[in-house]
Amino acid sequence: MSGFDKVVTSYEEALAGLEDDMTIIAGGFGLCGIPENLIKEIKRKGTKGLTIASNNAGVDGFGLGILLEDKQIKKMIASYVGENALFEAQMMSGELEVELTPQGTLAEKMRAGGAGIPAFYTATGYGTPVGEGKEMREFDGRHYILEEALSGDFSIAKAWKADRHGNLMFRKTARNFNPMAITAGKISVVEVEEIVEVGQLDPDEIHLPGIYVNRLIKGTFEKTIEQRTVRTA
Amino acid sequence: MALTREQLAQRVAQEFQDGYYVNLGIGIPTLAANYIPNDMQVVLQSENGLLGMGPFPLEEEIDADLINAGKQTVTMVEGAAIFSSAESFGMIRGGHVDLTVLGAFEVDCQGNIASWMIPGKLIKGMGGAMDLVAGADNIIVTMTHASKSGQSKLLSECTLPLTGKGCIRRVLTDLALMDIEDGKFILRERAPGVSVDEIINLTDGELVVPDHVPEMTF
Repeated sequence: MSGFDKVVTSYEEALAGLEDDMTIIAGGFGLCGIPENLIKEIKRKGTKGLTIASNNAGVDGFGLGILLEDKQIKKMIASYVGENALFEAQMMSGELEVELTPQGTLAEKMRAGGAGIPAFYTATGYGTPVGEGKEMREFDGRHYILEEALSGDFSIAKAWKADRHGNLMFRKTARNFNPMAITAGKISVVEVEEIVEVGQLDPDEIHLPGIYVNRLIKGTFEKTIEQRTVRTA
Repeated sequence: MALTREQLAQRVAQEFQDGYYVNLGIGIPTLAANYIPNDMQVVLQSENGLLGMGPFPLEEEIDADLINAGKQTVTMVEGAAIFSSAESFGMIRGGHVDLTVLGAFEVDCQGNIASWMIPGKLIKGMGGAMDLVAGADNIIVTMTHASKSGQSKLLSECTLPLTGKGCIRRVLTDLALMDIEDGKFILRERAPGVSVDEIINLTDGELVVPDHVPEMTF
């Protein structure tokens, strides 16, 4: 690494400095656009006691689900965790702490975390278990609750294409939580399908500027599909 | 006769208007996309970050990078747009989506909805449902009128943990279409062949029955 060149060549280097009990903000929705190789590296490293914020927790055997096998996750912040038997078992036994957070609130918490906004008011969750214990306020006759921003020691994310400075483009709905997750980590690590030389991306078409990216690595991806649905011609 | 899933979807589609941006929840609401009238343009929003969702792909069109909010592989129509989940919920929370249709376990006559959690049984998370009900002005809840054992799901007060408070104004069940006004259900339409008495018997919350309650037409 030198200057603005964010490219690293090994997954070990990509996650250097990740230690037990740290907080990770992860991109992806379901299994779509997840940093699958960075997750595998966390499993290989054996880092434990992790708090992970991610919309979902993967499935048994893929995505964040593999970190449950060796009980590496202490706390999960997610909006929907229904696709994972091991997750449910560890949640029910109390080994895994879970903070269920509405999907839009979770996305905004990450965005706020990256944008230097400590908290925001939202109507989402008012009058529900999500609003319990949170500050409430009325604006123009509507009730809102105060939600705090999220930030992490690391963020891990997946993009489609990058230049060496970390300017990023995402592909289709694999964008999802990735842009906000990247901004919310002190050290943000992004794996991509293709890295091009600086100057080859049109500045108008960059989805997230490289200022948010600390480390960039090119990977190969399985891209497991969760619900394969087709129509017949 | 109680409405079938297809009839529920058809009745939902009658609420569509030309030029509507619509978010359809998982299950029956999604089926409503099959009944968009040919002379009408409706754009479907998927809250993971897509406007202009198309039908399921052909086998050879499957793309792991293109899924809907139910994690199913989908396609995009011409004129589609992709954006982040933060932007997606910005448009939901900001009231830019014209119609939201979603399912529920219970609705009460205060406009409260419970749809995400059965304590001790089902704790999978709320996904985007809390944001959708808090953000949208125009919401239709689709559900069965009563449980399999005959317990009303249209209550005077929800018993399950809420998804949203005071945010529902229209409910479509397999027996009836109802509005919620001033703490009461108002019976607007009934399923073909279903009597007003049957609906009264299976509605736990206060129900106002106008003089004329037309049958739904398809």
